[in-house]
Amino acid sequence: MAVSDPTRSFERSSDRVETGIRAPMQIWVLGLILLTMPAFASDFVIFQIMGWTFILGMIALSLTFLAGYGGMVSLVQMSVAAMAGYMVAIFGDSAIDTISQGWPWYVAIPLALIVAMIFGTLSGWLAVRTEGIYTIMITLALASAFFYFTRQNYVIFNGFTGFNGVLPPALFGVDWRGPQAFYYLTLFWAVVCYLAVLYVSRAPFGLALQGVRDNARRMAALGFNVTAHRVAAYTVAALIAGIGGILLTWQSAQISPGTAGIGPVIDILVIAVIGGMRHPIGPFIGAFIYVLLKTFALDALVAVGLSGERFQLLIGLGFLLIVFFSPDGILGLWQKLRESGQRDPLRDGGEGPR
Amino acid sequence: MRAFASRNPFWATVLLALALILIWMIFAVWPAWLVDLIGRKKIFLNALFNGITLGGLYFLVASGFTLIFGLMRNVNLAHGSLYLLGGYIGYMFADWTGYWLIAFPAAFIIVGAVGVLLQLFVFRRMEGQDLRQTLVTIGISIVLADLMLWIWGGDFYNIAAPSWLSGPMETFLVTGVKRSSGELIYLKYPMVRIVIFAASVLVGIGMWLLLNRTRVGMLIRAGVDDREMLSASGVRIQLVFLGVFAFGAGLAGVAGVVGGTFQSVAPGEDVRFLLASLVVVIVGGMGSIPGAALGALLIGLAEQFGSVYFPTYAVVLTFLILVVVLAFRPQGLLGRS
Repeated sequence: MAVSDPTRSFERSSDRVETGIRAPMQIWVLGLILLTMPAFASDFVIFQIMGWTFILGMIALSLTFLAGYGGMVSLVQMSVAAMAGYMVAIFGDSAIDTISQGWPWYVAIPLALIVAMIFGTLSGWLAVRTEGIYTIMITLALASAFFYFTRQNYVIFNGFTGFNGVLPPALFGVDWRGPQAFYYLTLFWAVVCYLAVLYVSRAPFGLALQGVRDNARRMAALGFNVTAHRVAAYTVAALIAGIGGILLTWQSAQISPGTAGIGPVIDILVIAVIGGMRHPIGPFIGAFIYVLLKTFALDALVAVGLSGERFQLLIGLGFLLIVFFSPDGILGLWQKLRESGQRDPLRDGGEGPR
Repeated sequence: MRAFASRNPFWATVLLALALILIWMIFAVWPAWLVDLIGRKKIFLNALFNGITLGGLYFLVASGFTLIFGLMRNVNLAHGSLYLLGGYIGYMFADWTGYWLIAFPAAFIIVGAVGVLLQLFVFRRMEGQDLRQTLVTIGISIVLADLMLWIWGGDFYNIAAPSWLSGPMETFLVTGVKRSSGELIYLKYPMVRIVIFAASVLVGIGMWLLLNRTRVGMLIRAGVDDREMLSASGVRIQLVFLGVFAFGAGLAGVAGVVGGTFQSVAPGEDVRFLLASLVVVIVGGMGSIPGAALGALLIGLAEQFGSVYFPTYAVVLTFLILVVVLAFRPQGLLGRS
């Protein structure tokens, strides 16, 4: 993003979503660091911190895709992810062998993703009947319905305890839950999802979706099927969330109703907003900050003399400050800083807050 | 009602028949086949009454929510936190002074003041930015929940009702006939629940009168319809907003005291009641007070009947109602599209 093009800071009109392809240097450096990370970082860092960052980032990316490009803030994404995780546990192997079918991975995983996509599409079909803040409320209600249902249902979802011992298949003789293998697995899928979202955002479907976001009536008048585009966006987002959900299940080797409880559902929104919804890199930044906070806030709080239980307060306050001062999250702050450095005080110095 | 009957004669007949069956089920002594089919009448009546009183509580929480939404178009997802705060404050005051009734004005005033602060420092700064307001209120609810956990800990508190309210009250409804003597058995029901339900009905009627019969109510209704025109005609709309927000928040606080009396005050209740009021308001129709009443009654009854007759999926039943309503009437039962 260090392109020295003076006109760029002025053209922030309708192009809300930047492309980011034009910044090769940073991407190469970042890519090199990420690829070589297992060489110098500890197993804890690459498995817990980075692995979790990529997974949460993918789930939040599905929300960013819906919210940033489609204008629909859906809180059901974590439930979709958990649905995929559950399906892997049910169709594949787990310690609960009375329910788990034990089918091979090449059947279980695609089937899990398909079920998650159906679930995501159905909830999207319900949610697109409403707009704006209504969507948030309805998807929140759907997410809590999913939570309560999985907690009560013992025949399929095994109730309160859920499933444990859900392990990735030992493909090519590699233990995919070993720190390094799992790191590269999550990194690979995170990059795939990231690039997929970038690609879709510039494919005809993504452009039409952004048109629907900006002016649904005009798009309808142009002959686009607005509802179909929105529902299809939910399907695409469900696929991304589903991949994240399966990896999440493998990482902790278990899935239970608490995985998609009200707290985690809100956390995904927090991650997406903290990172910023302008660009698909945002959710990964947000997830990294969230995971760092969640891992180290306890020690930090104890160090300043507060009880470590106040972690939630720290997250909440940070979220509040970011939403209050920069609706576009960290990415928005970054852009503001850059713009204020480049601004010509004579030309547009009198600009008030947006 | 007459307009509805003439437009939909079929549904009007169905509704009328259902109402008649319900009335018969409430007053008659149940024949044996009905008892065999769905259990004893006492269980049914208790579920019905619990549902109605729970609906009263939901109405108290949701009416403030829907009033604020109807006028200011902002979704206050911190409403559940205000409810919980009201419960804690009510508990403290009731415990401290020993008077249960003190808890209500105390919770109303303090939580109302918190509402004023929210409106002044949060909502007013971002008027018209729905999404941002929603996100900020989510942040506020996270922070408030943790602050309350910090202050009051994770314990369950129960606000004790005074002695003249405790104990059961004999009602005039028959639950059965004694086999030995042929005497009628009457239903006993907790006094405090009846009083609280009556109070929430009074609050509902009071709100209706306030909205439909007073000058302030006229201002609020005008603001719901078109707030730009209202402010253009010289009304200081920010004051109206402030008042409505304080009132809605205060109602949530009062509901917290009520909830703390017949259930308990504990962390997690905020999310539960936020969800309940969301569902109530979506089912009933956003911004409509009668809608909130209808939705609250439906959800309260569904929850109680669900927990009696099919306990496993009682919670899911609530959301099923929500989904059905959304699928067939997205604007809610009494909402305006």
